[in-house]
Amino acid sequence: MSAPETRSRPWALWVPLVVFGAFVALFVWGLARTKDDTVRSRLVGQALPAFDLPAAIAERPGLKTADLKDGKPRLLNVFASWCIPCAAEAPQLQKLAAAGVSIDGVAIRDRREDLGVFLARYGNPYARIAADDLGKLQIAIGSSGVPETYVIDGRGVIRYQHIGDITPDDVALILGKLKEAAQ
Amino acid sequence: MIAEFGLAALWLAAALALLQFGSGVAALRKGDSPLAALVRPVAVVQGALALLAFAALLLVFAETDLSVKLVALNSHSAKPMMYKIAGAWGNHEGSMLLWVTVMGLAGSFVAVVERRLPEPTMIATLLGQAFVSLGFYVFLLFASNPFERLNPVPPEGQGLNPLLQDPGLAFHPPTLYLGYVGLSIAFSFAVGALLTRQVGPAFARAMRPWVLGAWIFLTLGITAGSYWAYYELGWGGWWFWDPVENASLMPWLAATALLHSCSVLAARNALRAWTVMLGVVAFSMSMVGTFLVRSGILTSVHAFAVDPKRGTFILALLAIYIGGALALFAFRAATVTEGERFAVTSRESALVFNNVMLSGILGIVLMGTLYPLVTEAFGERVSVGPPYFNPMSAVFVVPMLIVLAVGPLLRWRRDSLSRLRMPMVVAGVVGLAALGLAIVLAPGKVLPIIGLALAPAVAVASLLPLRGRKLAQVKLPLWGMVIAHFGIAVALLGMAAEGAFTTERLVALRVGETTPVGPWQIRLARIEPVAGPNWTALEATLEASYAGGKPILTHPQARMFWAPVQNTAESALLTRWNGQLYTVLGDKADGDANGGRWQLRLWWKPLVTLIWLGGALIALGGLLALVGRVASDLRRLVASDKIAFRRVRQGR
Amino acid sequence: MSAIKAKHQRLILALIALVAILAAGALAAWALRSQASYFYLPADLAANPPEAGRAIRLGGMVEAGSVAKAPDGVTVRFVVGDGKARVPVSFKGIVPDLFKEGSGVVAEGRLDSEGRFVADNLLAKHDEKYVPREMKDMTADQARAAVRNTQ
Repeated sequence: MSAPETRSRPWALWVPLVVFGAFVALFVWGLARTKDDTVRSRLVGQALPAFDLPAAIAERPGLKTADLKDGKPRLLNVFASWCIPCAAEAPQLQKLAAAGVSIDGVAIRDRREDLGVFLARYGNPYARIAADDLGKLQIAIGSSGVPETYVIDGRGVIRYQHIGDITPDDVALILGKLKEAAQ
Repeated sequence: MIAEFGLAALWLAAALALLQFGSGVAALRKGDSPLAALVRPVAVVQGALALLAFAALLLVFAETDLSVKLVALNSHSAKPMMYKIAGAWGNHEGSMLLWVTVMGLAGSFVAVVERRLPEPTMIATLLGQAFVSLGFYVFLLFASNPFERLNPVPPEGQGLNPLLQDPGLAFHPPTLYLGYVGLSIAFSFAVGALLTRQVGPAFARAMRPWVLGAWIFLTLGITAGSYWAYYELGWGGWWFWDPVENASLMPWLAATALLHSCSVLAARNALRAWTVMLGVVAFSMSMVGTFLVRSGILTSVHAFAVDPKRGTFILALLAIYIGGALALFAFRAATVTEGERFAVTSRESALVFNNVMLSGILGIVLMGTLYPLVTEAFGERVSVGPPYFNPMSAVFVVPMLIVLAVGPLLRWRRDSLSRLRMPMVVAGVVGLAALGLAIVLAPGKVLPIIGLALAPAVAVASLLPLRGRKLAQVKLPLWGMVIAHFGIAVALLGMAAEGAFTTERLVALRVGETTPVGPWQIRLARIEPVAGPNWTALEATLEASYAGGKPILTHPQARMFWAPVQNTAESALLTRWNGQLYTVLGDKADGDANGGRWQLRLWWKPLVTLIWLGGALIALGGLLALVGRVASDLRRLVASDKIAFRRVRQGR
Repeated sequence: MSAIKAKHQRLILALIALVAILAAGALAAWALRSQASYFYLPADLAANPPEAGRAIRLGGMVEAGSVAKAPDGVTVRFVVGDGKARVPVSFKGIVPDLFKEGSGVVAEGRLDSEGRFVADNLLAKHDEKYVPREMKDMTADQARAAVRNTQ
């Protein structure tokens, strides 16, 4: 990395520091770039693609595109029983459901019995729950992970995408987006 | 309760590190500061508190306290106890805590035992150690608290990841971490020596055991990691030049160079500024490695939890430590006086050559690893693989190995090659014979042929330093060097043989059919479902017979895990003295439930096990050298204590 | 062969190290230019194909209905598309578990003389949270188009 024993040239002693500075600059750039890793769906502002998925549990119906075009804004929550952040956002979803928001769920690569346990434990705020065993709808709506929550207006157009779990601080934001979507 | 106790211990340890740093600075500024007496005891208590915090984390994991977020995310009540414990350090927060714990303990040990260095240098070293620890404490307490609680408490943990339930993976990361930490101690010594301008043999001798220790752990970690990737990924390869692998190789290369320059400084008081520089580079490579692995700025085949935020923090620490140390180097190195001189033909020169070649390999690996990042800055997306790394590193490895054959036979300071005519002829003849044989056996494969020719020559040459000595009187460090160099030859032979003689076969077989691979005949006897604690699998029973011998059964599996849902191929290995049969079961090729063909991938890899045997020998050599050095240091310590004691009594 | 002029020892050592490191740097730079394998989307590959035999990586969606096994039972042929162009791929080996029609894939390999992509290795989407970095740009619109075609 540096020349050994370069006493004769004091400036040469700064070379390692300069080289190191270049590396740090590269790393800073790399980190700044990876922040874009949260892939925003480019479907925001567009209509949902057509789909028709079966029910994930017996107690709730499945989900198809037409269900999301009933004139009322709603939330589409992408979740799975095997994901801990989904459990963490459960109280917030309950709160939203209690506030009169209709929420539809899409369970990604899940098993019926696990889902039952999950819903019994954390509550079931969903009006419908679809089983997306291959993650097809997830890809179709531009979701890159679980949990994610979409605000859908009454005409089936995606108005907002929330990536990651809904924290208590996010509830007001989601309600605001729903209100915007209603207009 | 335990979690809060652990967190309290961590806070206290951080406060003591701050005190250790502060009193060290005060003591250095004013020579007779009363605070100077504080540094050593504080360092001891700081280490003990960090250990306490780590013990608390182990306890929390052992009893699967799911109210602790880290446990909920990384453990599961159904896990075997060994993996519960290993889970404590198998994640980012826990591994950082392990890092500060080991570093604190090492600091305590240095504070208690180390007496050779002048007191100011000692204080400066402990000051440096406290400074490095302090960064990690801040990181832990403010950005990745391992004891954070979770509310509501989940009914079950999430950490049943099947890929991580593997003894290799449970002990592989901590081994590497111990290596990284050892280099951070060496870094502290280098900073201490620079601060007080005391770069000399005493400094090298004090630093050497830590470098050796770190190097042993890195060697073991890389060897184990390579074997893990070999049997777990099911791709039949043992080294992929993946960023995560390179991240562990780069500190090893720097540590190897440091180890050798340390011995020059200790024995001959030469290469002074260079050794300090390498101390800084070695630690910076371990930080860069941690950064690359944890920040996710490079894509890797190894699954790793990445988080750009953590990456930012590690990068900040890296910039402060290494930037600071290099600035200090730039200011101070010019005033480090010149070391002893030596002739072109001398042990020193051979070691300088080794250092330059190792730095060259380090540069090649570093550039290759970061190149995708550089091109991405210019909008081009590339990946760099074996076609770059293999020949480019060989350009430096081959001359290094040739000098390795001769170097240990040279005398310090000045020697003549004519004295070494005999051993050079012996090694040369062995090498040429092997070269001829290799060209016949593996025509056209350039790198494997070079490896097959060099390995026996280096193996013979590495044993020559023992020639003419009474083996019973050979000191441990010399044994260590001989065994480590021999281990290099063994590993090289394994790599070259694997490259030259591997036969691979990809077939679709019906139950009852037979296929040859190398000297083996493999018969697919049956396929049946089996179930494990958290998976189900299809298991193939293969009857493998070597050169017409009695068939041996081997069982590759295709496993399906639940929670989270995941499929993995479990390769099956059959080890003979002369190689390994590696089998992987793939999908159904065609047909219905009752008939049809199954995909099988089979490799016969002659001598492949020598790669890891060589790695183990290298580590063993390091261990012998370390034991030898520490034992003689302790003897000297006891003797000087006795003399001091007598003096005190006589003086009375 | 014996002693160097004492005065110049440091200088000579420094020079040797400098030359070695510069040589290493130049060598590495040259090798990286010629050996790095570039990443292509099918549209890039169609517009600007690399010479046959050069190691590249191809990323895209596995087209629905395109996966077929050859009679030998171990060669898989399929088509990778991005909504704009389609590239036929052949792969000899055991496909990764997550390799499915309609899902993302990155194939490592090279073009043969007939414009078919011969893959040595397939990297499928790893889990819900992992998308190969190179595919990030396409997950949104191209992936949507690809998936829409499959439904």
